[in-house]
Amino acid sequence: MSNAVSTAPGPSVGVRNSKQTEQRKAALAWLTIPALFFFLVFAVIPLAGVLILSFTSWDGIGAIGAAGLDNWFSVLADPGLYNALGLTFLIMIVSWLVQTPISLLLGVFTAGSQRYRAVLAVLYFLPLLLSSAAVAIAFKALLDPNFGLATGLGLPFLAQDWLGVPQLALGLVIFVIAWQFVPFHTLIYQGGVRQIPKSLYEAAQIDGAGTIKQFFHITLPQLKYTIITSSTLMVVGSLTYFDLIFVLTGGGPGNSTRILALDMYLRGFRANLMGPASVIAVILVIIGLALALFLQRLGGKDKQGSQLEGL
Amino acid sequence: MSTVLKSNTQEARTGSLGSTAAAKRGLGTKLRGLNIPGGLGGWIWLAIIILPVYYVVITSLKTQAGYFGQNPLAIPTEPTLENYQLVLEADFAQYFMNSAIVTLGSVIPTVLISFMASFAIVRGAGRFLKLVNGMFLMGLAIPLQATIIPIYLMIIRLNLYDSLLALMLPSIAFAIPLTVLILSNFIRDVPNELFESMRLDGCSEWQTMWRLALPLTRPAIVTVAIYNGLHVWNGFLLPLVLTQSPSLRVLPLGLWTFQGEFSVNIPAVLASVVLSTLPILVLYVVGRRQLLAGLTAGFSK
Repeated sequence: MSNAVSTAPGPSVGVRNSKQTEQRKAALAWLTIPALFFFLVFAVIPLAGVLILSFTSWDGIGAIGAAGLDNWFSVLADPGLYNALGLTFLIMIVSWLVQTPISLLLGVFTAGSQRYRAVLAVLYFLPLLLSSAAVAIAFKALLDPNFGLATGLGLPFLAQDWLGVPQLALGLVIFVIAWQFVPFHTLIYQGGVRQIPKSLYEAAQIDGAGTIKQFFHITLPQLKYTIITSSTLMVVGSLTYFDLIFVLTGGGPGNSTRILALDMYLRGFRANLMGPASVIAVILVIIGLALALFLQRLGGKDKQGSQLEGL
Repeated sequence: MSTVLKSNTQEARTGSLGSTAAAKRGLGTKLRGLNIPGGLGGWIWLAIIILPVYYVVITSLKTQAGYFGQNPLAIPTEPTLENYQLVLEADFAQYFMNSAIVTLGSVIPTVLISFMASFAIVRGAGRFLKLVNGMFLMGLAIPLQATIIPIYLMIIRLNLYDSLLALMLPSIAFAIPLTVLILSNFIRDVPNELFESMRLDGCSEWQTMWRLALPLTRPAIVTVAIYNGLHVWNGFLLPLVLTQSPSLRVLPLGLWTFQGEFSVNIPAVLASVVLSTLPILVLYVVGRRQLLAGLTAGFSK
């Protein structure tokens, strides 16, 4: 931990004025007030607010009335919730399974130092600059069976009714998510790989380990925490793929891509049922926190120790 | 999640001291063997990334006749800018201005107040500061979407509904946790001796913050500014929920409505996609090294 560096008393700080120093350091607290104000008012209070609103009825315009546990009962009895929950987890898991190997391999690959890899890495980053709305609109045009990629590449199997068939729409959503986010995770892995000490590979080479062996016995174990960071961002982030799905499919066809975040929006701002929508929001928060805690636990407590090993 | 991120970035910081050296030393020995399958995979993924981008750009330059008549991936025989003209005449400039106002109006305050908070967290001490830091770290796990309904209610009650300010306030709040995390990690890298010598020269903490810490953290500030700017510029949910008037539309929302209005004119829709991306592309080209270096340090182990 860096505290060792930053708070260690330098030679100029004597013991006699340590109390004075402490007061001076505590006095800096006021500098956090502006940030704290914004954060409390527009993030913490809304977080509490959503829990309160889940026990009220509100149409978004009129008065807010008490509803007790009604919203909770009605939402928990609604098959739509379980459909949205199932889809959310399905997209989350499949996205993780698709994106992790691709971005891991691309990360390892682009961590090399040749010039053309640097150029590749620059181009890989492009999708992250586009807004989800732009990506969704571009893919809609691209998938047009007559004037899109299918005709352009002469690949008739691409000429499908992508947005009209539930399974196809779901697959499409997962693909477009990967298209947009693999570059970001590639970057994370690239950074991780560059921090693996080269001496490990030299030692392995002396021992006669081949490339594949080195990958599984050095690269992969050394990237453990990078994998956890990337997975945490990916999994928790997947709860919020709202914009992309909203513009691409609108949740359809039917309810086949209506994930939780979208379900919340449609219930609240389209059906004017803010109470039930708040219940969904609370569920979203609980899932997000649970996932974050789970992944953190997965990281293990031996983190600091194993990080030093081999350095 | 917060703790995961925290410890990871701290490792990133310790690691970052040697990271450039490590990058230079390279992993050539190990990667040489992976080159053929790795290179192949790399180029295939590049094609997957580039093909849609290429399609969007060339289609935006086609006439309607060209769009219907030509091979979709062929270079336009008669390239035209009339789609761009159409888009620019259709309130695009207004959307652009709105996006610019909201982005600058969110990013500048976010960076300023987060920098002050980060300085206090690193240089200060005491229970209060520990508590504040812990709260910001927890904030990393709060999804914006889950709080949108109370935010909507608050914005109505504050009489800010359907205003650009309504978009800035929550954007600032939700950008603070990550900004503080990244900035405080960078301020910690400033050698203590520098702070001590500022103090011996008789500078107050306030002066030290602006004259020493700010210039030294400039790379990190540029990084978080670009990163937050990207988020706000591309944000969709807040404008969708908190504004209503066409004159207050930001670009992503403008694109979406544009798609509805011009759905028969695909080249024009795609021209608007290109136009909405151009400013961010320019910014990326200018600040690329900074952004990539900052993100790598901010997220990798």
